[in-house]
Amino acid sequence: MTTGGFFLFAHPFLESAFVAGTAIALAAGLVGSVVVLRGQVFAGDALSHVAFTGALAALAFGVDLRLGLYGGCVAFALLLALLGRRTAADDTVIGSVFAWVLGLGALFLSVFTTSASGTGGDGTAGVNVLFGSILGLTGGQALVDAVVALGVVAGILAIARPLLFASLDPAVAAARGVPVRTLSTVFFVLLGLTAGVATQAVGALLLLGLLAAPAGAAQRLTARPLRALWLSAAIAVGSMWAGLIIAYGAPGVPPSFGILGVATAVYVGTFARSAVARRRMEGRRGSAPAGPGGSVTEVARAR
Amino acid sequence: MTAVAMAALAGPVANPVDDLRRMLALHFMVNAFRAGTIVAVLAALVGWLMVLRRQSFAGHTLAVVSFPGAAAAIWLGVSATAGYFTGSILAALVIALVPRSASGRPRSQESAVIGTVQAFALACGALFVSLYGGFLDSITGLLFGSFLGVSDGQVLALGGVAVLVLGVLAVIGRPLLFATVDGGVAAARGVPVRALSIAFLVLLGCTAAEVSQVTGALLVFALLVMPSAAAQQVTARPVAGLVLSVVFGLVVVWASLSVAFWSPWPVGFWVSTFGFALYVGAAGGRAALARRGRIAAGDGRVTDRWGSATPPVAGTVGA
Repeated sequence: MTTGGFFLFAHPFLESAFVAGTAIALAAGLVGSVVVLRGQVFAGDALSHVAFTGALAALAFGVDLRLGLYGGCVAFALLLALLGRRTAADDTVIGSVFAWVLGLGALFLSVFTTSASGTGGDGTAGVNVLFGSILGLTGGQALVDAVVALGVVAGILAIARPLLFASLDPAVAAARGVPVRTLSTVFFVLLGLTAGVATQAVGALLLLGLLAAPAGAAQRLTARPLRALWLSAAIAVGSMWAGLIIAYGAPGVPPSFGILGVATAVYVGTFARSAVARRRMEGRRGSAPAGPGGSVTEVARAR
Repeated sequence: MTAVAMAALAGPVANPVDDLRRMLALHFMVNAFRAGTIVAVLAALVGWLMVLRRQSFAGHTLAVVSFPGAAAAIWLGVSATAGYFTGSILAALVIALVPRSASGRPRSQESAVIGTVQAFALACGALFVSLYGGFLDSITGLLFGSFLGVSDGQVLALGGVAVLVLGVLAVIGRPLLFATVDGGVAAARGVPVRALSIAFLVLLGCTAAEVSQVTGALLVFALLVMPSAAAQQVTARPVAGLVLSVVFGLVVVWASLSVAFWSPWPVGFWVSTFGFALYVGAAGGRAALARRGRIAAGDGRVTDRWGSATPPVAGTVGA
């Protein structure tokens, strides 16, 4: 492992990928943990598609891709926060809005590929936005991504305790004087930034996995919200490293597949673990629907 | 053939009747209308139940998952149609393994599973594409659709599967609606709620696979959610809602095919734009009526003949 590890860093593009990837995974793991806890994975799904449209809009209009990416994600995140204020984050509303945003993305893709063909505007840019190109990051880009991702990490850690409280039981939190609405808005902005930065690593279509899989796995392993937060970050970073090493070792495998493959395998592993544990406990306490790995919400509400 | 080329070939809009004749003289446009009609009807009916069951996230995932299925089929040299259906039905079964809570609101764990299934499936799609080596054009085709490249055989296959899905839906429709509207009471009455839920997910998977062959994996939602969501804004009655949903779906597909024929912009953009406009119009009209007090507070609920009601549907939660 050590020699292999050092060998990896002999390539500057891998070094960039590791620097940016670690920070991005850390941010996605932490934010994803709260997303899953709040049951807002669908909002993350919507954001990931908005990331695609934002990036392609920037490409179609000839501005820097990140401008569109972050601008689109943060604007949509604010819209979601606003919608969530009026209605309880309605799937149908989110679905309708993001299906339309995706249609816009298709438009920008066609505008970009037909008009800008002289400046390298083939399908590759669109495909890179969709499926990520972490091995194509330059040193400067990786640094910017790492700084943004670490900013998200700092932000989420700063509000972690009240945010978890407000997510688990908004009514009680509000009664205790926790600014539930402000926290929710700040959280959505952090989610938008994460979506933007993670799009560059694993792609718009796959960042959902980086949000959902480590967090889902962590919440099956522990019922304590704060511990789940850290565990989720650790699983995300571990998946990122393992995925990058797999992609390096097996050139046919896209890095995004390696990263998500590992994250998914960990998640499936937690299901297998609790299935085994459930079989062991079945004799003792009958059939518990949630099993020992039940969600944090249920355990917290039962207290 | 791209929309740009067609517009150049066909010329500008002059006389609507003449334009229509010129458009339908092209065989691929006729096929696009046939496929679009089949898909619109199917998506509107299944989508109406999906919106009512609040399974939009699952529906979107099943749609997206057809992409790796098709990519795998192309990589293996099998027919892409088989790949679409295999991918979506497999994903439907995986999602069905995770139990839904009794109240019908998905647990956070369930949404994490759906999200992971979706992302992992897409990652597999990226892997298959990379293994197959270089068909970047087909990626956008798979994701954003090939409305204008539907063959006669595909129309036939789409029709066959649509008849099958709608046949099964007709058989399980009533108990499914009962189980959707009030799962607890339905279970107490001996309705097999869990089996119905699995059956519906598989039907949803078939529908998503079917629609994605025409609109592409990413834009299925435009036909699955928007017409049904708009219909549920207008009426709460099941039969009227289903009919209206079909009408909306057909209007969206026909209008966008016609407009896209004369415009340089892609069909997918028009489908989602018309769908969204319908939805916004329906929701806006509903809000305006509600402000004038012409709709009672409880009107946003779908009531069945057993007299029970669902949780309020889109846009009525805060009311």
